[in-house]
Amino acid sequence: MKHRNLSRSWHLVKPGTNALLSVMFALLGLLTFLPVLLVIIISFSSDSSIAENGYSFFPSSWSLDAYRYVWKSIDYIGHSFLLSIVVMVLGTLLSLWLISTMAYVLSRRDFKLKKIYTALILIPMFFGGGLAASYVVNTQLFGLKNSIFALLLPPACSSWYIIIMRTYFRKNIPVELYDAAEMDGAGPVRIFFRIVLPLSKPILITVGLFQAFAYWNSWYYAMLYISPNHKELYPLQYVLYSIQRNIEFMATNENISGAVVMELPAETFRMAMVALTIAPILVTYPFFRKFFVKGILTGAIKE
Amino acid sequence: MKKKKWKRSDSGLTLLSLPTLMWYLAFCYLPMFGIVIAFKQYRLIPGKGFIYSLFMGGKWIGFENFRFLFLNPQMAMVVRNTLFYNILFLIIDTLLPVALAILLSYLYSEQQKGIFQTVSMLPHFLSWVIVSYLLFAFLSTDRGLLNSLIVRSGGTAVKWYQEPSVWPRILLITHTWKAYGYAIVMYSAYITAIDPTLYDSALVDGASVWQRVRYITLPLLRPVIIVLLLLNLGHILNTDFGLFYQVTRNSGSILSATETIDVYIYKALLEQTNYGYSAAASLLQNGIGCFLLLASNYIVKKIDPEEGIL
Repeated sequence: MKHRNLSRSWHLVKPGTNALLSVMFALLGLLTFLPVLLVIIISFSSDSSIAENGYSFFPSSWSLDAYRYVWKSIDYIGHSFLLSIVVMVLGTLLSLWLISTMAYVLSRRDFKLKKIYTALILIPMFFGGGLAASYVVNTQLFGLKNSIFALLLPPACSSWYIIIMRTYFRKNIPVELYDAAEMDGAGPVRIFFRIVLPLSKPILITVGLFQAFAYWNSWYYAMLYISPNHKELYPLQYVLYSIQRNIEFMATNENISGAVVMELPAETFRMAMVALTIAPILVTYPFFRKFFVKGILTGAIKE
Repeated sequence: MKKKKWKRSDSGLTLLSLPTLMWYLAFCYLPMFGIVIAFKQYRLIPGKGFIYSLFMGGKWIGFENFRFLFLNPQMAMVVRNTLFYNILFLIIDTLLPVALAILLSYLYSEQQKGIFQTVSMLPHFLSWVIVSYLLFAFLSTDRGLLNSLIVRSGGTAVKWYQEPSVWPRILLITHTWKAYGYAIVMYSAYITAIDPTLYDSALVDGASVWQRVRYITLPLLRPVIIVLLLLNLGHILNTDFGLFYQVTRNSGSILSATETIDVYIYKALLEQTNYGYSAAASLLQNGIGCFLLLASNYIVKKIDPEEGIL
């Protein structure tokens, strides 16, 4: 087939129109990527070039000073990088556990409490206590202030993902399979681990990826629950937020200041931190695109 | 109807669901009781614990917090901003991605489509802290790219973070940049799902590209567009905190153009530590939002029984 890579639209518009559209979308894509590119270029610019010309796509001289400074303060930055990864991994696993079990329970049409459970999951999609109420409950009742659990627990579950996963289970796992397993004496817990989970890898990966990215990008819970005297609990995103407010954050941090003699290249250092924070996303995201697209579609098209 | 008996499998399923159930109680349902904060001067009584403080501590002041909010001119501004941005976003979020998704569907090469979708969806996966930095590279007063260009072409540098009048445009661009790719991917799925023979027969009848879009694509997309619009209408009082707090760098002099209800709720709680005002504003936002969401959901169901959240 000659046109295997072509969409079926090849006979719908003229080649000229297609060429025009190609150029337009190429430019639009470039425009979308430009801000990311600019920050990466700034992080490799020399401080003198920025003092002279400001931020620019074409710096007059390049430099690795920003990254050298990052390397020198690796004790602290490495620590928060590691914390972000730990929170991401633990959080994603916790999320998948909470979401998949509930989704499975709701997907069982024969479950006696199905109606009550469904209501319980749906109500929070419409109504909530609000920030102040959550805040006092989390800090005064659960003592989450300055605890790593404040970063892990509140974003762990989502009614939306439960519903998406429930729909997937219902559509892809035939009821006969449950019946047969029960005939063999398997209980619902065993069925969940032996049959449902192995048959649901695509949706687990999709939801897991969305949650992993959400945890990696999370700064809000750190802002709410981690106070400045617990800098060891700052995830990378929140370190970035803090040095946006105040570059002195780096210089006054006792974990770093003693070790670093080099002068802080403030402008480029910030952008190097940004580049390092988005690097894992830039590198992994294109490979996962198919799963994300699938996730968006499952969310968009209810079946 | 006979009541179903409790089976052994029901026990197993209940056991399996317990952790998630506890999560919901702890992080969704307990805060709902916390709403009483809106009706009192809440403070934690040392040594007495939270539940005791919540109901016994502090003075009950009825609707005093709400009265303050209604009489506060700042609140009017905050609500105005919230509605303004949400309506603006609602329009752009529909028109632009639908138009681009239709154009994209006419590209010959599937590979080009894939690359464009990948790139345009990337901003969706960047945090607002990151976006705030990306924007700063353009808007910084002394180093920013925009001011460099303005100065080089003979103009004077603008203090962007202190100029309220430009922020509706900046926030619109930033929001669109972050959201449009995701929406395109979604609309593209609906367009791909359209039966190709419809186009073929239109082609035989000599329909132009525009006529095919006008009489086939758009009518078939209409139900989806309406459903999404209505559901978003239910969130008309909710804004993305990150966009309005993080991207604006919480700059004081542009608040008149950028402060929305969610920013107000956050600041009342953490900058003024006024639990009452914050909770009252949340309750209003949630109450009205809940009503609107149920109403729009009801209408959506009338249009298409398959759609809607409930």
